[in-house]
Amino acid sequence: MSKFNLNNSYKAVVIGGSAGSFQGVVKILSQLPKGFSLPIIMCLHRLKHVRHGFVEALSIKSVVQVTEPYDKEPIKKGCVYLAPANYHMSAELGNYFALSTEEMINNSRPAIDITLGTCAYVYKEKLVGILLSGANRDGALGMKQIKARGGLTIVQEPTECMIDTMPKAALAATQIDHILKVDQIVQFLIELDKQYR
Amino acid sequence: MQDIDIADLKKISEFIYQKYSYDFRNYAMSSFKRRVLRIMELKKLTVDGLLKKLSDSPAFINEFLDELTVNVTEMFRDPSFWRVMREEIIPAILLNHKQFKIWHAGCSSGEEVLSMCIMLKEMGILHDVTIIATDLDVNILERAKAASYPVKNMELNEKNYIRFQGTGSFKDYYKEENGMAVFDKNLLMNVSFRKHDLVLGDIFNKFDLILCRNVMIYFNQALQNEVLKKFHESLFKYSYLAIGSKESLIWCDYASRFIVVNNEEKIYKKIKD
Repeated sequence: MSKFNLNNSYKAVVIGGSAGSFQGVVKILSQLPKGFSLPIIMCLHRLKHVRHGFVEALSIKSVVQVTEPYDKEPIKKGCVYLAPANYHMSAELGNYFALSTEEMINNSRPAIDITLGTCAYVYKEKLVGILLSGANRDGALGMKQIKARGGLTIVQEPTECMIDTMPKAALAATQIDHILKVDQIVQFLIELDKQYR
Repeated sequence: MQDIDIADLKKISEFIYQKYSYDFRNYAMSSFKRRVLRIMELKKLTVDGLLKKLSDSPAFINEFLDELTVNVTEMFRDPSFWRVMREEIIPAILLNHKQFKIWHAGCSSGEEVLSMCIMLKEMGILHDVTIIATDLDVNILERAKAASYPVKNMELNEKNYIRFQGTGSFKDYYKEENGMAVFDKNLLMNVSFRKHDLVLGDIFNKFDLILCRNVMIYFNQALQNEVLKKFHESLFKYSYLAIGSKESLIWCDYASRFIVVNNEEKIYKKIKD
């Protein structure tokens, strides 16, 4: 069980995903250990003009209620956050969220690069970044920033992805520490959680 | 991609404050950083180059402000918000006042103002409402006054309008000219566009309704509280304040002087002086 060689220095987990990532996210959230020891910050591509439904759909099977944070809401361990529709979501020094309505990036708002990049800035080497299935290149730059600041990078095994453009773009952009199937990502998170118990 | 550290960002905001009296010192750091990096990229400038340009060419400050402020918006953004405006908030104001005043604080390129005017026109009360629309950025105010937007934006705007369940036909409000949708200027007849700085500016009037949606998200909490204080002072008692759907007042001291009228759409009512 020590193949990931983990420790308890991590402060947050950030997850990006797009087309084909929904099932994977649902699986991860449904198998998380109760009272997971870190905040999980998710940026998933979604319809810009549908405010409702997504967070509810993700929460149905999740062990923890997923919430879309308000601007300036503190980031707390054990909570699972989802970037709200039509807003970019950043982490800020001081451990809280900031939302913005800036231009779309990679045709996306929320953009995964913004969430991953700001988390990398705030949490540095104490961050785990996970990028799942998706049909565009959003997230590759964010993963690169996570790696550059010493964080741990994981992408979903491209062969398992419904659309592998996103993990492949990250693999091309930077060093990825682990290439894992969703089941292995779950195992990773369970093992990570154990470090804090 | 270049990066910029907090010390440099502070240097830039301090310099602008000292030289031009615009205060970005309490802007939310993550978005301020992205905006400054964006300008540096656009203008091919380093931090020192940017400081030098700000120092040497005073005309550059307007361009800087135009790029720094976020001017991305859409008409009838959050259609459900506009339905609540039409069906609950405006009727509630009309119960006590036949004529009333609205302030769009941080109006950007004017899409929200225009949405308001279309809604008021459809309610038959456009003549009874005085609207003041303000922004820090003079260039964007000119664009707002022109009420002319790329036709390609109209698909989304019209979709929002349909979901708002407007009573007219969206296309009747503008004419297409050279790829631009030029809106009927009569819609804006009671609107006055003015330059105003929410951070350093004074209270200038009292209102029955203030809209400031997705503006304060660019401020840190301390500044949000300061601005909320100004809104509080600028509202009549029992008047309304609308903020963005994912903004919250709960961490502001002045929040206790308001009640939530509609939590989903983030509409507040001032109940205490």
